[in-house]
Amino acid sequence: MNLRRDVFQAISDPTRRAILLLVASQAMAAGAIASNFDTARPTVSKHLQILTECELLKQEQSGREIYYHLNPKKMKEIADFVEPFRKMWDDRYNKLETIMKNYKPKK
Amino acid sequence: MELKTKIKAEDGKQELTITREFDLPVELLFKAHADPEIIEQVMTNPYTTAKILKFEGKKHGSYQMESTDANGKVVFRANGTIHEFTPDKKITRTFEMENAQLGVQLEIYEFEKLTESTSRLNTHIIYESVALRDKILKSPFAQGLSMAHDRILEIMKKLK
Repeated sequence: MNLRRDVFQAISDPTRRAILLLVASQAMAAGAIASNFDTARPTVSKHLQILTECELLKQEQSGREIYYHLNPKKMKEIADFVEPFRKMWDDRYNKLETIMKNYKPKK
Repeated sequence: MELKTKIKAEDGKQELTITREFDLPVELLFKAHADPEIIEQVMTNPYTTAKILKFEGKKHGSYQMESTDANGKVVFRANGTIHEFTPDKKITRTFEMENAQLGVQLEIYEFEKLTESTSRLNTHIIYESVALRDKILKSPFAQGLSMAHDRILEIMKKLK
């Protein structure tokens, strides 16, 4: 296991988050992933390498192509752990706003 | 999508502020913090149901609340003491999550009228230490992840 990267570093980058969203629905080859970005192909390869090193992505050989797919176990680890603070408050306050907009004082 | 809630958490400090503007008159914003039934509604989410066990909205008052999961298991319980409770202006209270080893935090809620129909809430939270604040905040995730996180969670639910 390569401990050079941790998952949190991996998801701190917007391109890498976009890659995760992209492969979340289906496994994709590197070329297909790269074609979704304006970024140079080697840059995308580097992102894929980082995501793979920290086990957010898994590689699968299929013919000449390597397919990348999401590692749900690792993703869940982050999802459970993260609970992004701001998002949590924002959700709560959005809800508060909605509830109070519909609020009817009791007679 | 821009989040309306702003968090200010400077490096090396044991405090943070949360600021949010509401499309609500300040009276309704305050009421949402003062009426146990409404607090329960706000704190309830698709995964857990909130219950206010005790709520004394007054100086020297105290409160206790808990959240249970779909199986009725208590997943969160917290309590605190209210130091100031001035309608439409200010609430000062302590907050402690039970059995969490996260210490006691001091929370100052300031309610501000902007217009007849809009208001702002400024929440200042002071933790026992920088380390505890950072533990609670998990700073790398406070930025950025928001939207991706939601979609990933949605996807994760389908994968389970």
